[in-house]
Amino acid sequence: MSDDIINIEVDGVPVQARRGQMIIEVTDARSVYVPRFCYHPKLSIAANCRMCLVEVEKAPKPLPACATPVMEGMKVFTRSPRAIAAQKATMEFLLINHPLDCPICDQGGECELQDLAMGFGSDVSRFTERKRIVKDKNLGPLVSTDMTRCIHCTRCVRFGQEIAGIQELGTMGRGEDTVIGTYIEHSVDHELSGNIIDVCPVGALNNKPYRYRARAWEMTQHETVSPHDCVGAQLFTHTLRGKVMRNVPRECEDINETWAADRDRFGCHGLYAEDRLERPQLRNAAGEWEEASWEDALLRVTESFKGRRPEQLGFLAAPGSTLEEHFLLARLARGLGSSNVDHRLQRRDFSGQAHDPVVPGLGLPLAEVDALAAVLVIGSALRQEAPILAHRLRKAALAGAQVGFLNAEALEWRFPVSAEIVAPAGSQARALAEVLAAACGDDFSALPADLAGQLRGLEPGEGAQRLAAALHGEGRRTVWLGLQAQRHPAYAELQVLAAALCGVTGATLGYLSEGANSAGACLAGALPHRDVGGVPAAQPGRDAGALLGGGLEAVLLLGCEPELDAAAGEDALPALAETEFVACLTPFATPAMRRYADALLPVGTAYETSGTFVNCEGRWQSFTGAARPVGEARPAWKVLRVLGTQLGVEGFDYMSSEDARDDLRARLEAATAGTPELGLRAVRLEQAGAWREPNPYATDPLLRRSRPLQETRIGAAGGRRWP
Amino acid sequence: MSEAGVLSAHVREEIDRWVARFPEGRQRSAVLAALRAAQHENDGYLTPELMDGIAAYLELPPVQVYEVATFYSMFETEPCGRHHVSVCTNVSCMLRGADELLRHVESRLGIKVGESTPDGRVFLKREEECLAACCGAPMMMVDHVYHENLTPRKIDEILEGLD
Repeated sequence: MSDDIINIEVDGVPVQARRGQMIIEVTDARSVYVPRFCYHPKLSIAANCRMCLVEVEKAPKPLPACATPVMEGMKVFTRSPRAIAAQKATMEFLLINHPLDCPICDQGGECELQDLAMGFGSDVSRFTERKRIVKDKNLGPLVSTDMTRCIHCTRCVRFGQEIAGIQELGTMGRGEDTVIGTYIEHSVDHELSGNIIDVCPVGALNNKPYRYRARAWEMTQHETVSPHDCVGAQLFTHTLRGKVMRNVPRECEDINETWAADRDRFGCHGLYAEDRLERPQLRNAAGEWEEASWEDALLRVTESFKGRRPEQLGFLAAPGSTLEEHFLLARLARGLGSSNVDHRLQRRDFSGQAHDPVVPGLGLPLAEVDALAAVLVIGSALRQEAPILAHRLRKAALAGAQVGFLNAEALEWRFPVSAEIVAPAGSQARALAEVLAAACGDDFSALPADLAGQLRGLEPGEGAQRLAAALHGEGRRTVWLGLQAQRHPAYAELQVLAAALCGVTGATLGYLSEGANSAGACLAGALPHRDVGGVPAAQPGRDAGALLGGGLEAVLLLGCEPELDAAAGEDALPALAETEFVACLTPFATPAMRRYADALLPVGTAYETSGTFVNCEGRWQSFTGAARPVGEARPAWKVLRVLGTQLGVEGFDYMSSEDARDDLRARLEAATAGTPELGLRAVRLEQAGAWREPNPYATDPLLRRSRPLQETRIGAAGGRRWP
Repeated sequence: MSEAGVLSAHVREEIDRWVARFPEGRQRSAVLAALRAAQHENDGYLTPELMDGIAAYLELPPVQVYEVATFYSMFETEPCGRHHVSVCTNVSCMLRGADELLRHVESRLGIKVGESTPDGRVFLKREEECLAACCGAPMMMVDHVYHENLTPRKIDEILEGLD
């Protein structure tokens, strides 16, 4: 090991470095700044901008710090006259063709070129020739281009090749005619493509929806968490005068590294949609909508819920509600004696719910996904369902992991896949059973007799054999049930088979989950059959499917639009319309809502409320409200607190969302249920019927209203129907 | 792999021959040879369809083929005349009167550098850098054949000889 550590000198200071490191890695670790454009720690080394030239003793000319490995006894000078002269010369070359349009450039104020030109540039240009002009490209609705500003660092090209796995941009032409582009005009469609905005060191690639809306220095930066998927990517939300302007990724090596999915970045552009609800509204005796004060609206809801039989009440929350909201909603329901509370809106099959894990999750930290040895993903368009997770799985696959999929159709993965089993949704259970049979070989002793009997008759194909072998292999192996699997009408069968497969092979079973906070909802007891911490409910209530099936007198909907968010879709509307009283705590008022609801209470979105999300690795991430709520909208936890107090439920006197969170945490420490039994049994191998999946860019109210996302190819393609 | 269908059997054979020379998985190295073969069979220029075909055949992202085709001046990505004429105007040839010769070629053909004659016979290639025939300056290259020590009369003969 000691051989790997060598001694070098940086600006006269002795420094230890690992053999094979580049000079820039060593200087970065010591906070000695070397200017750079093309170097990016997550991308390969190109050494084509020449900005990081430094002086190295005995070297005949300045060397690029990003591409020069350290050597024993090397003496590096980053600020010597020779190094500075080289950097200044490079800067002069870069500025020959760079336009002086900083005042109208969105990058202005947060531009690497601008910053370095301040530090290393000359005040006066010696060039009188005309600057070159490059035609802009149309890269689609997310990324704006001003290609005249491009300095050809090729970070965006390398991002496509190395991170996205699909090179959409390239370097066309040569010499002064070099341009970055797609050659044939088309949009960049990868679900991580927005990251080229961040890697671009100049204003050539910028955030299109944010274009010309604010200047970087006018905005306030808030730490937020992406409210759109179970990864919980860390973001910075930038606001101007209380309004959200844009999102950028917040570096978190354990979750999203330096990236953000397009959904995380552009979801916030749905915030100020036209149907945003600004003031409470009540339906009057004539059936018309009238604006009301908060007092009247809250009173109306309280009165409508008071005095009804508990089994006639229903409470539904969007899975993306915060932990605190789920907790208060579940306590409100249970305080009124009802267990009719649920958040599993997209689920169709609840028959196996007793065997669900207490908290759905991957069962391992996200950072460890990179080092998995074998993964089988069942029923998941992973790249759309959890783009950052797909990125990490891609890293694992490139490092040699055996990755397999079992899906209703073959999808493009952009990484090596060892086996992809394509089975129509109706026969997915059979396909999974074949993998299980292959994993068992001739030894079915670990399985109950009836299930073993079913497996004996199967003849696993080559793909199933390969997957089974991979799951039996060395190292960390896992089986994930994706969102398509969990929305499947025969989810319970898939769950049994996946559990059996894990039992036989020793792989761990993991779950993706809907929205940003299904895990939090389960912890908080927003389930009809389980209370806080997964403790079985004294009196199980009705599940989300049944709650939307009708027969209730009063329903409270939190942050969801059942006609779009629930498995039942539009079929849920007649039952809701017949319900005597429906209260919606919602940021947006849909036309359907105006038909079935009786009270509309405006609440803040995740950007406008403090709260906590629990992600798929079980990490609690709390955040404070980034933006001012629109109109009179209030954080939902405060609305629930008032409702609880007015309805006489005890213990609703929290002063802050943190109080509620800490109370929940204390309760969880006091009582959390153990892992439920797997419940192996015989399964139905075939399943009839078709169902609809939501558009991956429309899985929550905010995404649906984000116009730029809807205009992308994924958004425009819409949802899918599975046979 | 329907896009690869635009490539003729001969071009594919040629590509296969080149792919075999590189280690497995390095088929990207055969792009230059593939483009050359495809351009040769298509009246001296490449179309997006041909480039997509090569990308599909070599299992590469199309943009990597576009990058190579646009980088090298030997590849044309727009329709052009059958015979490619490049007049060197680099230092040695310039000193020996290449600029006047180029003007002569232009006026004789009635086109400017970078254009093709309307009958599709001759394509006067954009500025060519040194072709490494300085001892015979001034020179020009016509369809890969070098013509040195040029005079206006010699040029006329060469151009007239093109079908």
